[in-house]
Amino acid sequence: MSTPTLDKHSAALDAAEDGAAHLVTVTFRIRRFNPEVSEDASWEDFQLEIDPKERVLDALHKIKWEQDGTLTFRRSCAHGICGSDAMRINGRNRLACKTLIKDINPEKPITVEAIKGLTVMKDLVVDMEPFFQAYRDVMPFLITTGNEPTRERRQSAEDRERFDDTTKCILCAACTSSCPVFWNDGQYFGPAAIVNAHRFIFDSRDEGGEQRLEILNDKDGVWRCRTTFNCTDACPRGIEVTKAIQEVKRALITRRF
Amino acid sequence: MKIHKYDTVIVGAGGAGMRAAIESTKRSRTAVLTKLYPTRSHTGAAQGGMAAALANVEEDNWEWHTFDTIKGGDYLVDQDAAEILAKEAIDSVLDLEKMGLPFNRTPDGTIDQRRFGGHSRNHGEAPVRRSCYASDRTGHMILQTLYQNCVKEGVEFFNEFYVLDLLLQDVDGVKKSAGVVAYELATGEIHVFQAKSIIFASGGTGKFFKVTSNAHTLTGDGQAAAYRRGLPLEDMEFFQFHPTGIWRMGILLTEGARGEGGILRNKDGERFMEKYAPVMKDLASRDVVSRSIYTEIREGRGCGPDGDHVYLDLTHLPPEQLDAKLPDITEFARTYLGIEPYTDPIPIQPTAHYAMGGIPTNVEGEVLADNTTVVPGLYAAGEVACVSVHGANRLGTNSLLDINVFGRRAGIAAAEYSATAEFVELPENPAQQVIDQVERLRNSSGSERVTEIRKELQECMDANVMVFRTEQTIKTAVEKIGELRERYLNVSVQDKGKRFNTDLLEAIELGNLLDLAEVMAVSALARKESRGGHYREDFPNRDDVNFMRHTMAYREVGADGAESIRLDYKPVVQTRYQPMERKY
Repeated sequence: MSTPTLDKHSAALDAAEDGAAHLVTVTFRIRRFNPEVSEDASWEDFQLEIDPKERVLDALHKIKWEQDGTLTFRRSCAHGICGSDAMRINGRNRLACKTLIKDINPEKPITVEAIKGLTVMKDLVVDMEPFFQAYRDVMPFLITTGNEPTRERRQSAEDRERFDDTTKCILCAACTSSCPVFWNDGQYFGPAAIVNAHRFIFDSRDEGGEQRLEILNDKDGVWRCRTTFNCTDACPRGIEVTKAIQEVKRALITRRF
Repeated sequence: MKIHKYDTVIVGAGGAGMRAAIESTKRSRTAVLTKLYPTRSHTGAAQGGMAAALANVEEDNWEWHTFDTIKGGDYLVDQDAAEILAKEAIDSVLDLEKMGLPFNRTPDGTIDQRRFGGHSRNHGEAPVRRSCYASDRTGHMILQTLYQNCVKEGVEFFNEFYVLDLLLQDVDGVKKSAGVVAYELATGEIHVFQAKSIIFASGGTGKFFKVTSNAHTLTGDGQAAAYRRGLPLEDMEFFQFHPTGIWRMGILLTEGARGEGGILRNKDGERFMEKYAPVMKDLASRDVVSRSIYTEIREGRGCGPDGDHVYLDLTHLPPEQLDAKLPDITEFARTYLGIEPYTDPIPIQPTAHYAMGGIPTNVEGEVLADNTTVVPGLYAAGEVACVSVHGANRLGTNSLLDINVFGRRAGIAAAEYSATAEFVELPENPAQQVIDQVERLRNSSGSERVTEIRKELQECMDANVMVFRTEQTIKTAVEKIGELRERYLNVSVQDKGKRFNTDLLEAIELGNLLDLAEVMAVSALARKESRGGHYREDFPNRDDVNFMRHTMAYREVGADGAESIRLDYKPVVQTRYQPMERKY
């Protein structure tokens, strides 16, 4: 039994199966900050040889493991699921583990700095507490009344699809920390919290929509959004963040969701 | 040093830890100590689903699920525990749905189910749709749902607190748990948590392999802490290699891809699993499929210029089905390999995935100090533990199930214990061992580097104790690990600071990996048979007469301070299933 695809390889598959390393020299320009050493942040350049098919996270590891053990960043799963390693790469919020070096022009120095709007603790590590506090404030859990059914609650495939996009959120903060409103005013809930409110407001099983909408009707709520679409561009999960925020705004006006 | 006092302390905030926390917080004053922010835990990387015989789409029952679990585990499963797992699976899934988990739905609006490896109708007749799923991000949804419910219940988290030591005290001749010692990553400060009960739920140890689906942070911290305090580790030789990791990277591509109809092919395009598992084919158990893949590769039918991988072929499936059911893994193929899974097959190889072994517990989650004696107040659940519901090989979708069933059980049992128990007095200088360990590493000027030792360890493990093992390869590994452990004594870090010192953290993690790798290899050397995930080419058959028993490995320290590993064995609990030849 054979398939047409196996008889003739695409160029992409041939490239993917090329196991040889094709090293290039890349400069990483990293924003360093360690208050144990100095009150001031500064840029530091690192040069390394690396295969452009590798991830920015691989490059950071190479620097940390082979050149400077003090370089500090968060990471865990290394394939875009845990949300630990959001950072500003060439001026844009991305996950280091989901960004391949070849995709960001390795011919020029690649800049890496901490995400904006949250306090930098050391190098690329920021204080995530305000971010998670905004998340907790929108009551991100199913709210129901009455007796629980014996079996599962029923939900049609269409109703389930209604909020599918916003269930993908991994709380990496790439969206919130790309938002100019959040940079200027840390009190703003920020896109990620609104995305997680959306996930429940539009879940047909949930009965807490009104309460969440009231929270987001606050002066630091959805009305602060200026629709710059930075959040949608930044989301490594491809969530249409701005659209979700717009849907929450519309629900506030129509009280229908 | 700070001292905290809680009724119940949970170590780890993945699925098992948070499921336990939801129960214990309702019943006792609980703290959760976690090395990572809770939503970073590797439960979130699980994809395919959670098994439960809901029978929403076709006939099924928990007894068939029990049988499949026992057979999947090659009869090393404790059958009483497997019955509990399969029976409580149904409520476990329903509980998650009620907590808000957005499962995929059937046209009737009930939870949809799909096929998965090793799960069968009527004791092996044909594959059955038993896996409850949410697209190909079921683990992500479970992790998010559990965290959401922890927020709802007001669970108290200590984020980025790394537990380095378990405090055990002898009380009237009984070994009891008194607390744990943690290192706060942000500040470098040492904290002692005194607690009436402690639950370890700190996850697996896959990072001692090079090609692995495991996160960088999965370094066996809980297992190592227990082991160093003299508690046994059970069945550590049994490690699962998931058949479909992205070639060379090890990133997991769910078995759900084959559940949806995906096919494994060799370089000739042949569906080779038909030869090895005529009934279940691509959906045979993971150990069987991984061995089959390597057999194809060894016999020259591997793909690519070096013939070192095979293909996962999804090209015959409609793009709409891939988009709806497998969006994340198809995106992984696009992002990391630059190929289009609609039209290109995906290069894959087996990837180190899951530790079947761990800290031994009974079905209430209570940790065992030997074959029968429990350690009052100490519990474990999830991948860190060995109940043993997975035996010699875990079935896909049974780990998301395990963390929910036994996480819940441990949470309830620990909180109930805390309600009546007294605090056990802390030892004098409770943090001394941790302070010594941290200061030695921070101040060492030794010439060895963490990265070099870790690399050599991972390469040694991949080469010698992976899918195929022999006495010779395992002995090579034991010797190499011994050498690396010696060199580790001379390791130093560059970051000497206190603030977010991840350089130091990695050095500590490496120490755990080295200890556990040695336990694994020594346990594997002594098991002169092949069973489940442990395949010895020099002993290719299962030997029920001599080896249908659990390995229990203890750390021994001689009068001269020399360390060694003592192996003992524990009988398997059998209820109604007699061992049979395992065929798929």
